[in-house]
Amino acid sequence: MEPFKRHSGTVAPLNRVNVDTDQIIPKQFLKRIEKTGFGPFLFFDWRFQDDGKTPNPKFELNAPGYKGASILVAGRNFGSGSSREHAPWALLDYGFKVLIASSFADIFLNNCFQNGILPVTLPEEQVQQIMTRAQTRPGYMLSVDLEHNLIEDDHGFRATFQIDEFRRYCLLNGFDDIGLTLQHADKITAYEKKRKPF
Amino acid sequence: MPAKTLFEKIWNAHLVHQEASKPDLLYVDLHLVHEVTSPQAFEGLRVTSRKVRRPDLTVATVDHNVPTWARNLPITDEVSLKQIQAMDKNAKDFGLIYYNMQSPGQGIVHIIGPEQGYTQPGMLIVCGDSHTSTHGAVGSLAYGIGTSEVEHVLATQCLWQAKPKTMEVRVDGKLPFGVTAKDIILGIIGKIGVDGATGQVIEYTGEAIRSLTMEGRFTVCNMSIEGGARAGMIAPDETTFAYLRGRPHAPQGRDFDLAVEHWKSLPTEPGAKFDRLVELPAVTLEPFVTWGTNPGMVAAVSGKVPTVNSFQSEADRAAARRALEYMGLEEGIPIQEVGIDRVFIGSCTNARITDLRAAAEVVKGRRVNAKVYAMVVPGSTAVKKQAEAEGLDQVFKDAGFDWREAGCSMCLGMNPDFLKPGERCASTSNRNFEGRQGKGGRTHLVSPQMAAAAAIAGRFVDIREWSKNQGG
Ligand code: SF4
Repeated sequence: MEPFKRHSGTVAPLNRVNVDTDQIIPKQFLKRIEKTGFGPFLFFDWRFQDDGKTPNPKFELNAPGYKGASILVAGRNFGSGSSREHAPWALLDYGFKVLIASSFADIFLNNCFQNGILPVTLPEEQVQQIMTRAQTRPGYMLSVDLEHNLIEDDHGFRATFQIDEFRRYCLLNGFDDIGLTLQHADKITAYEKKRKPF
Repeated sequence: MPAKTLFEKIWNAHLVHQEASKPDLLYVDLHLVHEVTSPQAFEGLRVTSRKVRRPDLTVATVDHNVPTWARNLPITDEVSLKQIQAMDKNAKDFGLIYYNMQSPGQGIVHIIGPEQGYTQPGMLIVCGDSHTSTHGAVGSLAYGIGTSEVEHVLATQCLWQAKPKTMEVRVDGKLPFGVTAKDIILGIIGKIGVDGATGQVIEYTGEAIRSLTMEGRFTVCNMSIEGGARAGMIAPDETTFAYLRGRPHAPQGRDFDLAVEHWKSLPTEPGAKFDRLVELPAVTLEPFVTWGTNPGMVAAVSGKVPTVNSFQSEADRAAARRALEYMGLEEGIPIQEVGIDRVFIGSCTNARITDLRAAAEVVKGRRVNAKVYAMVVPGSTAVKKQAEAEGLDQVFKDAGFDWREAGCSMCLGMNPDFLKPGERCASTSNRNFEGRQGKGGRTHLVSPQMAAAAAIAGRFVDIREWSKNQGG
């Protein structure tokens, strides 16, 4: 996993609550054998019209100003529903590195950390400030600094956020569970040396 | 030193790292891999530029998706084909030990592990598949893991695990006539329920277990997961050693004798403590048939489909009502009045050579009932060859059975074999969940003998009566 220290990018607003994983990545796309390539199917049923091809002009993310956005701001309880890791895979593949909401679903939150996505939890009031700015000024950018737990724009918005210390440590260093285990690599090697052949 | 269980000995022998208030880091001796739960794990390795730490301890095959008709025909399902091709590529790119679709060693992962001698006593074995519990039958600790954990094991050969609780299931006494390993485990799950052992490790003990063949022991351990257990195990003994001797990937010659010396030190010591004991005297067991939509909904073949009111709680009554409706059964009718449309003899539970022999014994010289479509899917290509060498394929074919190539097949219907809505099947597999064998399909779990007899009679019959009446 890439270490996550700082990130600046365009903010896309998704002003909906309880966005569930079935919406993030509908079940017909779970048969893929990769972790990558789910981006084109992100929010599929919202993003495209019934023909599955024509972009739905009413869907927020389809507006030209949000092309290439890498930060998503959304309503509370983002990522509820199934445990499918395909949801963070799809968000990441689409290009999102940071998610901002007043709350996230439990398993989804864990899955984000496993995949190097930073979910930022802020009070509802601050989320709404970001939401409004992103909606009214397409191309609106934020900077996120994980070393200082800080999020700010160039126009005076500034907020600090809380995050589980262990998770923060893993993200900053780019450790996934595998990375952590490999910190014990000498112990694994030592075990292998004394291991019986049967 | 306090007396130790088989489980504790294996656990302690695999500790790589231990820290207060964290799970233990354990070393994996054998990692089995199949095509459905592994593609994203390998993709994960690619994305992070990681290698498989021990390709020499990683054994892969294709089983879930493979068609079980002739192997030289093209695979028509694109998704299945893609998963199989991905397994081919991943095995090659990462240098795994691999039994591909054409390999003589190919088969259901839980059948070929022991068959090839990879599965050995005292090992810690994992696989991205819940029926990994099967391998515990040789006296190993074996359990299923998720895709993220598959990637973790591939990369590190280790796994973080919190120590589970243990449970002894003791089956004392001799098995009554007509009662098989499948009936033992159905009886146990019927007694403890499908969540009776959630997260625990079961050790099966007692005379009835000790007297089982290795194949029977695999059947019992295979279905541990249906009682919610993480793993099931049976202490290794002479039966185990005799089974493993001479297998291609078991220790050979003098190494084998040394291994046996070590394996003999593994069994649970007298006085060792389990967290819980369940006793099920063998005399209480009968040939069983599941009537509902989970493996705990079990009835004796001589008995009846239960009535809704026989259940204590409203939740259980509601579940029974739903199950009866899905299964299209009336409460209170005798099991032997239930007619069937299909018979499936196969799966990692009951598709070993002894299972096929037992079923062939029943069908020999008889005909499959005119309204029944019956198939035999050997658990591995080696089992298929062995059966053909013994002429069992001819016995089945003469009786009107379809004789197939090895794979999971209609156990889960990911390949082209599945039930049509409303079809009723006597199946030797392990799960009778709604839709498991096909949307709307109705599955009754039974032993191979009972499945074979049902194929002939067109309904469930008591194998004990059958043998008397038919002189077989
Ligand atoms: S035979 Fe059935 S239960 Fe066994 S591994 Fe295959 S699909 Fe799973």
